[in-house]
Amino acid sequence: MIKQNRATPLTHILRDPVLLFFVLLVFAGLSLFILFPLYKILAYSVTGENGGFSMAAAIEAITSPTYLRTFRNSLVLGLVTACIATTIGYIFAYALTRTALPFKGFFKAIATIPVISPPFVLSLSMIFLFGRNGLITRKLLGIDNFNVYGMHSLVVVQSISFFPIAYLTLTGILEKLNPAVEDAALNLGASRARIFRTVTLPLSLPGIVSALLLVFIQSMEDFSNPAVISGNFSTLAVEAYRTITGMYDMRGGAMMALLLLAPTLMAFILQKYWLSGKSFVTVTGKPTSGRQLNTDPKVVWPLFGFCAAIAFIVILFYGTVLVGAFVKIWGINFSFTLAHFKYVMTLGWEPLKNSATLALFATPLTGMLGMIIAFLVVRKEFPGRRLMEFVSMLTFAVPGTVVGIGYILAFNEKPFLLTGTAFLIVMAFTFRNMPVGIEAGTSTLLQIDKSIEEASSILGASSSTTFRRITLPMLRQAFFSGLVYSFVRSMTAVSAVIFLISPRWNLSTISIFSLFESSKYSAAAAFIVVMIVIIIIAIGILDRLVKLLGAPAIRQQE
Amino acid sequence: MGLADFSSRSTDVSLQRLTKIFKSMDGSGEVVAVNDISLDIKTGELVTILGPSGCGKTTTLRMVAGFEFPTAGSILIGGKDVAPVPPNKRGISMVFQSYALFPHLNIYENIAYGLRVQKLPASEIAGRTRAILELMQLTSMQRRYPSQVSGGQQQRIALARAIVIEPSVLLFDEPLSNLDAKLREYMRDELRKLQKRLGITSLYVTHDQEEAMAISDRIVIMQDGVIRQVGSPRAIYEHPESIFVATFMGKANILPAEILGRDGEAALVDLAGSRLKIPNPGHAAPKAGKGNLVVRPEAVKIVHVESADASLKGKIERMTYFGNIARYEIPVLGTTILAERYNPQGARLHEEGETVGVSFEMDSVRILKE
Ligand SMILES: Nc1ncnc2c1ncn2[C@@H]1O[C@H](COP(=O)(O)OP(=O)(O)OP(=O)(O)O)[C@@H](O)[C@H]1O
Ligand SMILES: [Mg+2]
Repeated sequence: MIKQNRATPLTHILRDPVLLFFVLLVFAGLSLFILFPLYKILAYSVTGENGGFSMAAAIEAITSPTYLRTFRNSLVLGLVTACIATTIGYIFAYALTRTALPFKGFFKAIATIPVISPPFVLSLSMIFLFGRNGLITRKLLGIDNFNVYGMHSLVVVQSISFFPIAYLTLTGILEKLNPAVEDAALNLGASRARIFRTVTLPLSLPGIVSALLLVFIQSMEDFSNPAVISGNFSTLAVEAYRTITGMYDMRGGAMMALLLLAPTLMAFILQKYWLSGKSFVTVTGKPTSGRQLNTDPKVVWPLFGFCAAIAFIVILFYGTVLVGAFVKIWGINFSFTLAHFKYVMTLGWEPLKNSATLALFATPLTGMLGMIIAFLVVRKEFPGRRLMEFVSMLTFAVPGTVVGIGYILAFNEKPFLLTGTAFLIVMAFTFRNMPVGIEAGTSTLLQIDKSIEEASSILGASSSTTFRRITLPMLRQAFFSGLVYSFVRSMTAVSAVIFLISPRWNLSTISIFSLFESSKYSAAAAFIVVMIVIIIIAIGILDRLVKLLGAPAIRQQE
Repeated sequence: MGLADFSSRSTDVSLQRLTKIFKSMDGSGEVVAVNDISLDIKTGELVTILGPSGCGKTTTLRMVAGFEFPTAGSILIGGKDVAPVPPNKRGISMVFQSYALFPHLNIYENIAYGLRVQKLPASEIAGRTRAILELMQLTSMQRRYPSQVSGGQQQRIALARAIVIEPSVLLFDEPLSNLDAKLREYMRDELRKLQKRLGITSLYVTHDQEEAMAISDRIVIMQDGVIRQVGSPRAIYEHPESIFVATFMGKANILPAEILGRDGEAALVDLAGSRLKIPNPGHAAPKAGKGNLVVRPEAVKIVHVESADASLKGKIERMTYFGNIARYEIPVLGTTILAERYNPQGARLHEEGETVGVSFEMDSVRILKE
């Protein structure tokens, strides 16, 4: 009987032209820089030589033993790395959240180093320590024929690179688990070991699966480590690159990109949509009441030993590169020299400048876009809201190699002739690094009473004014942490941009890669050290900015 | 004071057959939050929506504000349909339950915000903000941030921020529910005085019936998305049209009775064998057949068990002394009758276990079908 009138979200948004503009702008950006390139890969792989529809390439790829072996290699590597990294991550997270471990600050710092580090460091150390002139294999053990290149090295390097992802995911979960639940079990007379087995572990299971999937994605899409240390063990991300640049086989590359995309996408969807409904984290379970930390020496000291061992490995690996940058010829002549730095400063100055410039352009863009999308998705109603959320988070699951290939397919011809331009590289940075900003913004917004923005609106402010003067200031913290992250990620990106650089716009990470290709390992080490210094300085500056601008206590009144 | 006179233009608010259907939270079905309600609020009037939790009060208010879009029906302000008008252009202000003060702006800037977004001249912004700060006695704390003032002060800031823009309509969503009882009583009187003085058309939502009585020109009783009754506080209390309204607004004894017929205005009823004449049964009273007597506890008198006035007899099960009243609970006819004796100081009170007669002040008795 009720006459259904204008009550659609569509009318809502049509009343607000500014909102409409931003929604359309974001959708245009997402379509052009995320969906369109993916579509191009898909379309390209089912197009025959003559331009018509053909499944030939696809069928050939799926039945080709080389492709299948590469596919299997990547999967196996991803699974093994995920298991090892998650185990290390869980032990770290448990030791840091549940026990009275000494030197917690130090271990936390150790777990962040691989996240903000430039690429290639660990692989380079691997070569320095275990390679033909390896310090450990040759000097210490006198082994001549140890082959450092292959899956075994990759597993080591990736496990160290990615355990922090598992650690961060699991710390979040373990901290939020209501301590009362574990205390209740303790009250019921259960031993600590029993509580762990029957309460803590099962409750953190969704977190564990989540960590496994996230590490799996990272391992699958890793380009820099397999590119320099995998030897004959081919992986999809690298093979796709070599197929295109070495054999000029665009179609083969596109097929590999699809093979790479399928499992990462599946893992992403599992992680995001299937697991999100299974979380046992109690919403009110903020770490309010103090948690009883386990002080039993029989528990603390073994955990301490484990964490110390991991810390030792991390320090050893980074230290090796640092030393390697200052010695004449690694493994042969260990005398001090600054020659590599001189070499790097002449050869690497331009790429370094480019990397920093483009990262600086992309950073605020990424931050703003992240906050705008978080705001639209959490606070506004419009048709396609869910789609916007999905697509903008999607980039997290799309391997850089796939993005790179998609971009050259999509932007190599009119109307979007953009290859080789700085603009395209900035867009690649922006859209690839957006998800972290969106997540930070979303979780902050969900904690801020919606009526604060409604108050602004009813007092006469338009959507954009409300966003600028009310929402954004409240999101300051999330905004700046997004900035730090996206700057570091842009500086250290390899896989997507390796397809996008041009003689005019070469980047520092790609220069390091070239040094590897010509076996100039000491120069690579010096380059990496310079990058680490730049990143540390940049984080320092951004951190100061956060403290400066985020000064007035932004608290919510009860 | 620099505050405009609101009463000269029409700011009538009219809700016409308004319906709001939500998709239920789990996504499976639908929730009819507001079901075909119509209501007219005259310029300068304060109308309160009162009802139990989940009855659709907030949803109604949010549709007027423009935050929710009606599924059906329309909203007119000053005679104009506001469907195409976004919240920031409706000329409405709202005081939120959580106050929703801007945490990163100080008190002065919170209040000046609405004037600033209108891009008024700086001198006018300063003048009007200062006037309101003065009026609400907030001048001394204007440089502080919301987290640095008390709950009552936050409430006043929220009110100041809402009225400084001289809205044509003011909306309140349980604005006092976060205050303690004393402050709540004080603030509701202040609020009503201010509203009357400025003559702002107001729609007020609460689930506190005493608050509704104290501040409203008219009260709207809502239940499950529909309006059950509209009227002045007195009309609602004295002439409830349904048992829901009678029991929701204050306490009421509901006694099943047989209506025998009419004697002019008066109704003749049979209550468990006693014949009673109810002079003023109310227009909702059925003409004949089964009905319910509605008697407020203060209209129930306890008399001697042998008294000719005693309509019913029973044994006092419980007596509670509140200071201003003494309340008796007497089980009869399968229910428990409440009787209240005002000003019990020094009076002789009946004992628990005593058998007494119960009589009614017949003028105050109403009859309802259900
Ligand atoms: N966004 C929404 N989606 C789905 N259902 C909703 C939504 N908002 C409100 N409802 C439902 O509509 C009904 C009316 O809600 P409303 O908030 O208007 O109640 P209320 O009278 O203000 O209650 P309270 O006194 O608890 O504030 C409730 O059943 C509520 O669960
Ligand atoms: Mg409500």
